[in-house]
Amino acid sequence: MSAAPGYNFAYLDENTKRMIRRALLKAVAIPGHQVPFGSREMPLPYGWGTGGIQVTASVIGPDDTLKVIDQGADDTTNAVSIRRFFARVAGVATTERTAEATIIQTRHRIPETPLREGQILVYQVPMPEPLFRLEPRVAETRRMHALADYGLMQVKLYEDIARHGHIAISYNYPVMVNGRYLMAPSPIPAFDNPKMHRMPALQLFGAGREKRLYAVPPYTEVRSLDFEDHPFRPPRAEAACALCGSRESYLDEVVTDDRGGRMFLCSDTDWCRQRREAAG
Amino acid sequence: MAYVAVKGGERAIAGAHAWLDELRRGDPAVPELSVAQIEQQLSLAVDRVMAEGSCHDRGLAALAVKQARGDLIEAAFLLRAYRTTLPRFGASTPLDTGAMRPIRRISATYKDLPGGQVLGPTFDYTHRLLDFALAAEGAAPPPPAPRAPAEEAPMPRVTAILAQEGLMARETPSEAEPPDLTREPLAFPADRPLRLQALARGDEGFLLALGYSTQRGWGNAHPFVGELRMGEVAVEFAPPELGFPVEIGDIAVTECQMVNQFAGSRTEPPQFTRGYGLVFGHCERKAMAMALVDRALRAAELGEEAAAPAQDQEFVLYHCDNVEATGFVEHLKLPHYVDFQSELEKLRAMRRTAEAAREAAE
Amino acid sequence: MSLAPPLSPGFAAPATEAQRCFRALLEAMSRPGRVRSLPAPAAPPAPLGPAAAAVLLTLADADAPVWLDAGPAAEAWARFHAGCPLVAEPGAAAFALATGAPPALDALEAGTEEEPHRSATLILQVAALEEGAGWRLSGPGIEREHRLAVAGLPEGFLAQWAANRRRFPRGVDVILCAGVRVAALPRTVTIGEQG
Repeated sequence: MSAAPGYNFAYLDENTKRMIRRALLKAVAIPGHQVPFGSREMPLPYGWGTGGIQVTASVIGPDDTLKVIDQGADDTTNAVSIRRFFARVAGVATTERTAEATIIQTRHRIPETPLREGQILVYQVPMPEPLFRLEPRVAETRRMHALADYGLMQVKLYEDIARHGHIAISYNYPVMVNGRYLMAPSPIPAFDNPKMHRMPALQLFGAGREKRLYAVPPYTEVRSLDFEDHPFRPPRAEAACALCGSRESYLDEVVTDDRGGRMFLCSDTDWCRQRREAAG
Repeated sequence: MAYVAVKGGERAIAGAHAWLDELRRGDPAVPELSVAQIEQQLSLAVDRVMAEGSCHDRGLAALAVKQARGDLIEAAFLLRAYRTTLPRFGASTPLDTGAMRPIRRISATYKDLPGGQVLGPTFDYTHRLLDFALAAEGAAPPPPAPRAPAEEAPMPRVTAILAQEGLMARETPSEAEPPDLTREPLAFPADRPLRLQALARGDEGFLLALGYSTQRGWGNAHPFVGELRMGEVAVEFAPPELGFPVEIGDIAVTECQMVNQFAGSRTEPPQFTRGYGLVFGHCERKAMAMALVDRALRAAELGEEAAAPAQDQEFVLYHCDNVEATGFVEHLKLPHYVDFQSELEKLRAMRRTAEAAREAAE
Repeated sequence: MSLAPPLSPGFAAPATEAQRCFRALLEAMSRPGRVRSLPAPAAPPAPLGPAAAAVLLTLADADAPVWLDAGPAAEAWARFHAGCPLVAEPGAAAFALATGAPPALDALEAGTEEEPHRSATLILQVAALEEGAGWRLSGPGIEREHRLAVAGLPEGFLAQWAANRRRFPRGVDVILCAGVRVAALPRTVTIGEQG
């Protein structure tokens, strides 16, 4: 396959790619630190994955195989739209199988299939700043990161416990990267956080509207914030997938009628398919 | 099954786009709008799209208005997304708006001044009565309007007149290359060139509301329209291989210089200060609002108290871009059911805890 | 007027070759001490080696000033193919490329506590790079330990590196080049002596 005529390979011009590539290398060298970059307008709206798209466009080559998921699924509309975009402007092969992909762009999930060396996971990030609900001023949060002053977040979590008996964060649950930077994992469910820890694949994060990117190198410590007497315990529905029976995967709750009927299904559609195929 | 319905897929997208095309065209019995008609007859919409799309091209802006079915924010977004793919040849030399050939120039601070007051084509003093004659098509075009003979006298700026008397704070000229918002992200504190760039392509409605707020006590503003001028200015570009600037065309712009009182500080005597607005095309409301907000954002550097929203750099500059804002607000309609599921489980767990605590207390 | 000798070529297919080089560099920076081969430009003027030249073509441009010690032919080549401004002081460079004795790490831009990414990258040509022996590397990107043998480093490099490591998050990152091979040392890596 070849790229769309009239546009450069992978849409972005070479100058923009170089600017993003320089930023990515610095992001990898400073794990969890948000690197500002000259994010461009993309032909998709801000907030719809423009950061992830710019990162993918700067990394992807003709030999890559791309998988795009939204909510864990390959066939959600925005995932379809982004996958089509790259098939069109980069002419790359696409796949729905996690194991076959060399680059996986994701919104809100980490695949259940463990990722391996040689794969890159690109996260779409709406708000890269983990402290933004506590301190909206970017100039101020930048100072806090410089000083590794994360007391504000500790206090918030402690107050949650005092008031509710729980840390009241269920997604975009803040993590410490390599013991130095507080980082927003993007709005993945807290259930997915442990997968980030010492992951063999490279994790790249792009926030287009906020014009920042960051990275977690392979095998890097990623710790979800907690307290000794309140260890990190992410919630998962107490149910099994109605299609494959999985009790380990993250589940979507589906309302089946207006009388309280519910069923649960794997959010990761590729994982669910694999399990059903294996069961024959 | 409901579960299948929430999954869109390729076919749903294609179907939606086809439907959109149909609605854009509307009733085929009604003649199709041409891009030229939009450019000529909806010229203020075109101007707004050029300003907020930060790309001066009337034809492309008119096309964007047509494609966006008249949704001007969507049109500005289309133009921006196109602009970003264009090669960059360099930067023009600064526009000399003093050498503008104005079709409109008014001052609210002096009854008369050199160059005179030129009312020009304005909605001001029209009575806002729906003109039902316009509903009847095919009327002969209106005859050419009488124009005052062009004054030979130059049109000095009101701010320059005040500056001669030392009453207007002088702007310090700088030879420094201004930052480029389209290539570098905002950084704070943002200096004035960067702020003005952001405001110039900021959303008209947002700036209007902020400017309005400064008049109502949210920020200590005492503004006068020193001068508002609108017209064509020459754009010059100095190709490196030539070493001197050549004129590459004319563009229409609107410039507003707002004169504001300033009480003075320990280092500065009391004097007037300037709020500045400059916008592509005929966008008077936007230029005025921009000048109000520019002045409000100078509070910190002038040593004034800065407590109002319009005086807060991060608040104003991070939220004035409607292409960014519309994307993020509208992304809420994308599926969020994974996170919502997390919230459901968390809420259920917290209710169980609360329930258990209540029972234990009883 | 004398004619300058013709410049040797840069990337033949800029978009794809730059992408492949970048991916190799991203891998190298993500897995410190792993050695990668770069698809290299044909023949950069000596003493510029093929890998170092490919790094320049991949990363440098008008927005990334370069300091270079490789003489006028290499300077003309870099200016023409990468379009990068060349600076006289290593401290002013985004990329410092050393074919001979490199500038001290602490003479390069290390960024600030708030903006540690505004730091230089040292592209350092060495005699040879081999995995599996030599230094013991640990840190992010390394599962347990990577071993890397580097021939031709300046004396005192390890002491400079330890000092660079201590000022994290500020610091300089290094890309080592030998022939067409590269390995990277991001500022997070801890280098243990061989043994």
